Amino acid sequence: MGRVVLVTGAAGDLGRRFARRLAEHPDIDRVIGVDVTPPRLGTGGMQFVRADIRNPVIAKVIVREHVDTVVHTAVAAVAPGRNRPGQMKELNVIGTMQLLAACQQAPELQRLVVRSSTAVYGASNRNPSMFTEEMTAKRLPSHGFPKDVAEVESYVRGFARRRPDVHVTTLRMANMMGPLIDSTLTNYFKLPVIPTVLGFDPRMQFVHEHDAHGALERATLADVPGTFNIAGDGVLMLSQAVRRLGKPTAPMPAVALGALGSAFRQARVAGLYSEQVPLLTFGRGVDTTQMRQVLGYEPVYTTAQAFAEFAAAQRSGPFAADRVRAVESALLEAFGGRGGRVPAVTGGEG
Amino acid sequence: MTAEEAAGDKAERSAGPAENVIPIGTRGRPGRGTNNARPSSSARMLAPGARKPAPADADDAEAADVLTGPGSKAERPPVHTEPHGPHGGIPAGDWLAAVVNGAREIFGDQWEQRLAELLAFARRRITGDYTVDDFGFDAEVTERFLLAALRPIKDKWFRVEVRGAENIPTDGGALVVSNHSGTIPVDGLMTLASIHDTTGRFLRPLGADLVFKLPVVSELARRSGATLACNEDAERMLRGGELVGVWPEGFKGIGKPYSERYKLQRFGRGGFVSAAIRTGVPIIPTSVVGAEEIYPLVGNVPALARLMGVPYIPITPLFPLLGPLGLVPLPSKWIIEFGEPIRTDDYDEAAADDPMLVFNLTDQVRETIQQKLYTLLIDRGPVFSA
Repeated sequence: MGRVVLVTGAAGDLGRRFARRLAEHPDIDRVIGVDVTPPRLGTGGMQFVRADIRNPVIAKVIVREHVDTVVHTAVAAVAPGRNRPGQMKELNVIGTMQLLAACQQAPELQRLVVRSSTAVYGASNRNPSMFTEEMTAKRLPSHGFPKDVAEVESYVRGFARRRPDVHVTTLRMANMMGPLIDSTLTNYFKLPVIPTVLGFDPRMQFVHEHDAHGALERATLADVPGTFNIAGDGVLMLSQAVRRLGKPTAPMPAVALGALGSAFRQARVAGLYSEQVPLLTFGRGVDTTQMRQVLGYEPVYTTAQAFAEFAAAQRSGPFAADRVRAVESALLEAFGGRGGRVPAVTGGEG
Repeated sequence: MTAEEAAGDKAERSAGPAENVIPIGTRGRPGRGTNNARPSSSARMLAPGARKPAPADADDAEAADVLTGPGSKAERPPVHTEPHGPHGGIPAGDWLAAVVNGAREIFGDQWEQRLAELLAFARRRITGDYTVDDFGFDAEVTERFLLAALRPIKDKWFRVEVRGAENIPTDGGALVVSNHSGTIPVDGLMTLASIHDTTGRFLRPLGADLVFKLPVVSELARRSGATLACNEDAERMLRGGELVGVWPEGFKGIGKPYSERYKLQRFGRGGFVSAAIRTGVPIIPTSVVGAEEIYPLVGNVPALARLMGVPYIPITPLFPLLGPLGLVPLPSKWIIEFGEPIRTDDYDEAAADDPMLVFNLTDQVRETIQQKLYTLLIDRGPVFSA
């Protein structure tokens, strides 16, 4: 059986690596990557078509190439180089609308895989600690990326109603983490001093890029319609994650953090976006039982391991684990080692 | 023993030590004060053993030196005093010795082991090398700091008496349902500490959404194992075999005026009962007496409360009047009784959606707690009794 997969957002981090990985899979005949800019680092085995998903030409590509599976990975919080908020909404929401319109006209289409985000659950003090797929946000996101994702998902649901013969799989990915990921959150953790919300310590959940690819691949190859949360096991508190990086924090009220985010945007500095503030205040966790039992994907990395991979690729901060360990052993040494004898010169408590 | 023997014994004992009595001020060496080798006659009379200076034999010379000093007048060396100025300083070794002694004082003989543990603990906290569960519960910090801080308040200030601790299952999920009072949820903290001290289990409280909106409070709540009071979280915790605590009266109970003390308010919408039925865990009705009196609520400022987005602004006889001092809770006597578990595993899961059954069970739990409250109030006697 010849399978032809069309991957949107093929120039993006996730889309490009996923498309190249998929192209090597024996069950897949052809992988067509679509994006507005060509991928910077080579296309590998995929066939790249430079096209805008907001343009009707995408419908022609789908029909002409006999595409049977569309993997929509273009939904992203920030695309490299284009971080005006209006532009992202245009790409995410209008792009999805156009793509779905094109899909509806494609008679050979059998499957649609949409990469969504757990941002659709929002973040608030009224949220349950772990979201399962059938729960919805207690407070609907009012702006920014979370709202875009909610709208994208509603269009996808509409498409699924109109084309019941197409099996739709929606993957709600937690924040991706890994040495190569370039996202709003990894940029945040790359700041030298991490600004946090005073008096709050949110729970963070990550998915390693390997698992993100793995889950997408599984959804593309296996025929499992439905909506699935994709995340690594366990959670890390934000404070814990920052400590694992060995970096200092700068706690400030939520309002100040939002203002700082706007200032960052004005100054075109990546790292902090005001729309991240709810997540950095209340955190979020998702339940991944469905991913294991129905989708049949078992993540390789836990949240903590995914973050460790990311942290290992960073320059560690002033409180790096090895330094703290050195101070600890120096202190123990100062207190006379094992024998309980008191050295005369070593001085008092550091 | 006869009387004579006893008397003789006594005489012997009183005679024996008399020989060793040393006159005050001479350190056993007669005549030291006059700088003479030969003591004065009165001194010789006082010290019976030292009638004559020891003979200058070779063997005995040293011993004699010890007793009488170097004998002749000219040999005595001049005495030097060293200046003890304020800038003398304390040697580093002494500091260290002091710290070590202090450590030994605090940690006991195993102080090195304990100190190493403490340093390792500090290192793990600084480098983030610890685990929290899915709800953000940090058992280590809760046990070391929160519970350690609550314990003296529980034992010394409120003198909490715990009854029926055997009703708390040693493992597996259970739902502790308690009355709520006291203006500030101190009763929850005391229940938490009591359960940990009697059974070693952590109570996982379910808190109102306000708890998770307030800075600092929200952080502490998550860290100490609390989560939002919603069915999803309650069922998730109960399925995970946790001991979950719920205060169904919510703000109606905790913020009720002092005049309505120990009158249970409506028990929410019975969500806790359906959570227990769905997960088949027992409900442990818990009655807390004493929390009503810690901050007697006599007034409220509804307008200000609305403005600040909180359910009430409490006025107690002491609170705004004495400022921060008014925040010290009154030392009422507390009794916490854990009642007999009410089993829910006989019902099938569909029963959770039967409103009548849920209401009846809710009422049963509420009545059990209310009746127990009356009994405990009589048992306790005066509010501030020991």
